[in-house]
Amino acid sequence: MITIKDLHKSYTMGTNSLHVLKGINFSVQEGELVSIMGSSGSGKSTLLNILGMLDEADQGSYTLDGVPIKNLNEKIAAQYRNKFLGFIFQSFNLINYKSALDNVGMPLYYQGMKRKERTDKAMAYLEKVGLANWAHHMPNELSGGQKQRVAIARALASDPKVLLADEPTGALDTKTSYEVMDLIQGINDEGKTILIVTHEDDIAHMTKRIVNLKDGLIIDDAPVNQVRAASHV
Amino acid sequence: MFSLERWQEILETISKNKLRTFLTGLSVASGIFILVILLGFGQGMQNGISAEFQRDAANRISVYSGVTSMGYKGLNPGRFIEMTNDDYNYLVSKYEDDIEFKSSIYRVWSGTLNYGDESGSYRVEGVYPDYQFLENEDLVAGRYINYDDQKLKSKIMIIGNKVKQDLFGSKEAVGEYVQINGINFKVVGVYSDPGGEREETRVFVPLSTSQRVFGGSDKVRNLGFTLKPQENFQDALAQSLQFSAEIEEFLKERHLVAPEDTSAINVNNTLENAKRFYDLIGMIKTFFWVVGICTIIAGVVGVSNIMLIIVKERTKEIGIRKALGAQPLSIIGMILHESIFVTAIAGFTGLILSMALLEVLGPNMQMDYIKNPSVNFNVAITTVFILVLAGALAGFVPAWRAARIKPITALREE
Repeated sequence: MITIKDLHKSYTMGTNSLHVLKGINFSVQEGELVSIMGSSGSGKSTLLNILGMLDEADQGSYTLDGVPIKNLNEKIAAQYRNKFLGFIFQSFNLINYKSALDNVGMPLYYQGMKRKERTDKAMAYLEKVGLANWAHHMPNELSGGQKQRVAIARALASDPKVLLADEPTGALDTKTSYEVMDLIQGINDEGKTILIVTHEDDIAHMTKRIVNLKDGLIIDDAPVNQVRAASHV
Repeated sequence: MFSLERWQEILETISKNKLRTFLTGLSVASGIFILVILLGFGQGMQNGISAEFQRDAANRISVYSGVTSMGYKGLNPGRFIEMTNDDYNYLVSKYEDDIEFKSSIYRVWSGTLNYGDESGSYRVEGVYPDYQFLENEDLVAGRYINYDDQKLKSKIMIIGNKVKQDLFGSKEAVGEYVQINGINFKVVGVYSDPGGEREETRVFVPLSTSQRVFGGSDKVRNLGFTLKPQENFQDALAQSLQFSAEIEEFLKERHLVAPEDTSAINVNNTLENAKRFYDLIGMIKTFFWVVGICTIIAGVVGVSNIMLIIVKERTKEIGIRKALGAQPLSIIGMILHESIFVTAIAGFTGLILSMALLEVLGPNMQMDYIKNPSVNFNVAITTVFILVLAGALAGFVPAWRAARIKPITALREE
């Protein structure tokens, strides 16, 4: 599903060049649930941004579902993001003046779907994350866990190839975190490929594989015995 | 670009962000409102000052006759030239389109007025009805001379305020009979004159009556004209000078006066005063245009600021939308569409409100120097379009930048 070869990325800060990714080789098969771990500054977020086409690598190749991702202009990047990827953020990033239902419908709007169809489909995804009753509530009327579930429903709405989650439980308490992970595991069980960036060990162990990053290099990449979040809830 | 889906999205955004929409709209609407009211009052002041000046008959042209100073075609100098009704009638019919007010005047120097025990000596003149406007007189009681009086040679008189005070004191004058040189005339009107008491010690009777009763036959002592106001001073001056020259030439020829004789026929043109009037109008116009343009600039700056703030405020939202697959063009389109929609609606609201206010207030304004404030609709509507365009342009730059920043940067924005 994802193949990365010899990926380099540096940032220029004034006169200093900061080499963040120093040659990452890494691949993910369809249906995997992978966590990317590392201390802050290890380059894990940069890697996720490149995977999410929110940022571009300096060197190396990136293939997503057989499509080489390179020399993207804004327009094509937007198309690919819409078609291939679903994002889940630490701070949820819901549009605060739109209802849960309309937030979930946003990716479909950018696919050019008609309103009626969009609403039906968004409603189905909200049901899937258990928030059908909250469809017409605004984000500020929802709890943190509910907001993250709306965000997950939104990420799923465009039926992407890969879900990318950047610290999805970072802003949540432990109980809510496990509920969210339970949901993510359920989605993975249905066959969706999911990548999670996290620095929490317990969250990482709820995935099937942990990739450890340190100073821009992968130091460890091993499958783990998945802990089912449901057993903690 | 103008798909139904886009409209739904825009209208939803607008209705969910009522305060933001309201504030944007308010600044645009109030800008237009203030501008229109301002231009309206500028026009009103112009109208009012025009009215003041025109009542003053600053553009009056007077013709006097006198004694010839040189011989011409075998005639001796020293002849007294007297103009006649025919001269007046000919000029009036020839220049009918140019003339605004007109009168010929027959003067009865030192008429003696008697009313009961009171008497006094005043300047008595036979005039046409238009003379009221040539002399800038306001009626305080009764009426002025009209054309029926003229036709019937009625023995009626209009007296100045001072004359009324002298003869009647605080009594009502209109309807009373007063003798002029022993002949009864009925007082039908009392006038006041901004020129003060000196101008109010005069008595007017119909020209035809004065010529018959005081032995004037068909003679007139002088002529007075005003020409219709022109768009600008140059036009007015040119027209006035040409008119003066033409009537002078006509009268000299008719009365056999040497063309270079300046004392027999004297045409006096008071356009020097009028120049002040046109200068003032020009200054008022310039002033209000400068203020108006400054208001538009202020409005444009205001709209630009609001658009900058809106885009700034929405940076994160734009990042989210981009992460979800929004293309740069659709982001720009969304912001411009919304800003044009809001500024256009607000602009026209301000326009309609201010025009309505002028329409209601305008005709009822009773203030010195302000008369019937109104605004040129084309100017107002152009202003609305300029503001809408400015709003769009002002929104475009930040929208374009927002659409170009990387979503990851926009998302980090808190």
